[in-house]
Amino acid sequence: MSDSMNAPHPIRDTSGDQTMTQAPATETPVRAQVRDLKFWYGKFQALNGVSMPIYDRKVTAIIGPSGCGKSTLLRCFNRIHDLYPGSRYNGEINLAPEGVNLVDKGIDPILVRLLVGMVFQKPNPFPKSIFENVAAGLYVRGIRNRTEVEGRVEEALTQAALWNEVKDRLSKPAFELSGGQQQRLCIARALAPKPKLLLLDEPTSALDPIATAKIEELMDSLVKDVTILIVTHNLSQAARISKYTAFMHMGDLIEFAETEQLFTNPAVSRTQDYVTGRFG
Amino acid sequence: MADHPSEKRIVAKAKVQDLSFSILGIIVLFFAMAMLATLIGDLLADGLGRISKQFLTDFPSRRPSEAGILSAWVGTTLVMFVTALLAIPLGVGAGLYLEEYAPRNWLSDLIEINVSNLAGVPSIIYGLLALGFFVYGLGMGQTILVGGMVLALLILPIVIVATREAVRAVPSGLRESAYGIGCNRWQVVWQYVLPSARPGILTGAIVGLSRAIGETAPIITIGALTFIAFLPPSPIQASPPFVNADWLTSPFTVMPIQMFNWTSRPQAGFHENAAATGVLLLGMTLIMNGFAIYLRYRLRRGLRS
Repeated sequence: MSDSMNAPHPIRDTSGDQTMTQAPATETPVRAQVRDLKFWYGKFQALNGVSMPIYDRKVTAIIGPSGCGKSTLLRCFNRIHDLYPGSRYNGEINLAPEGVNLVDKGIDPILVRLLVGMVFQKPNPFPKSIFENVAAGLYVRGIRNRTEVEGRVEEALTQAALWNEVKDRLSKPAFELSGGQQQRLCIARALAPKPKLLLLDEPTSALDPIATAKIEELMDSLVKDVTILIVTHNLSQAARISKYTAFMHMGDLIEFAETEQLFTNPAVSRTQDYVTGRFG
Repeated sequence: MADHPSEKRIVAKAKVQDLSFSILGIIVLFFAMAMLATLIGDLLADGLGRISKQFLTDFPSRRPSEAGILSAWVGTTLVMFVTALLAIPLGVGAGLYLEEYAPRNWLSDLIEINVSNLAGVPSIIYGLLALGFFVYGLGMGQTILVGGMVLALLILPIVIVATREAVRAVPSGLRESAYGIGCNRWQVVWQYVLPSARPGILTGAIVGLSRAIGETAPIITIGALTFIAFLPPSPIQASPPFVNADWLTSPFTVMPIQMFNWTSRPQAGFHENAAATGVLLLGMTLIMNGFAIYLRYRLRRGLRS
């Protein structure tokens, strides 16, 4: 795989190009454009030049077998890789109207994380009250006005379909919630500051089917307001909730297309093999 | 039911193994506990009768029955106060810096090795360092401040190592989600990492202080007096500014030194006094450890339910 590091790379993945010419039938605005993104963990290249659009207020799913680089790609979007030494980016993730390249060395990772919200695989609420959990992102952004904070906490919890379950116990520790509620709390926490992008890294893999169904339902309503990028190892989940799907393998973006097309009539045979369960 | 002779034999063998190890464990535990119990029992038998209000409120004396440990326990308390005040902020700060801020390179590796090594340096070496540097080099004299400083140096590696371990044990998910909401490093460390690491840090700090409270060698080396018939000036006074730092520069003695002094006397009465001091010192250590357990329990409850 490291050979491809030195190989001349086309600006765009051919398969991505192909589908991107097909997609704009609906003329959906692009919220972010990934261009020839490469990423290294030390000497190991985990992404070999990924290019794909992230359409505004749509759910885009990234699928692929374990170790394909799907989480790595997602984590580039909020520069969480920067916490670990030896990580290196090359290429672009351009937020469309703002014109900010998220992986530019000159852009502070903290600025990126102020723009982009993320929810992790395991629900990880802070050891604080439910209210303080959702308000944490607001405090970081200097929003301290009590009325405003309370309003936005309620709004975010409502968006995350959690308000009715917790409105009477906002001051209780977040750990008293069930796993599914904790994950929705984490979604509310990410939503409260009104992020430009919401990143979800296998958000339901630690949850039972009922909690999973709730979160999937929630994404349907959320996408009216926010652009969602989700990594999932669950193919049927990707098929259920996303409008666009990217299939990755060994650090390459194999195919990017409308979900329906990718699952029913993929352009690349490897995609076909994966979505029909022949490998992965 | 069918018979499974070979499987039954395997089960029987496993049971014998478990049983024989349990018996061995109990025997070893019994010897260790018996030894400790004998030691404490002997100390209690000798010293318990001597502990009274008079013993706590009197200064040392030539007559064993009139001698007390007032200056020693006041000295110990004040020295420990200085030690805690110096060692905890310095140690926690150093540990946090090394874990969260310092880049991983040869210099931080070198510091790490040295900190671990410092934890193993004999305490008398610290005493010599303090005697040469604080007492004579800086001309600070044989004061409570110097006593607190040398004990702080002694337990600093313990506090640093405990802090680092506690910080390292903070789940990376907490750190990532704190960074994920846009926190900067300062906010992550102070609002998320430190509160989660606090039970471990406090335990380490109190284990360090429990060690310091019993240290004799470095205190003797810097020349703390063994016979003191006065108290340091009070840290609190009636007139503004209500606190004063004169006590820091006062000569002092501590309980282990008082004990050491009494055990080297020929009269049996003094030996009784030494045993009583030992009981009190043991009690103070137990109270500190108990407090550490209590704090850990309280703080952990706040973190996870």
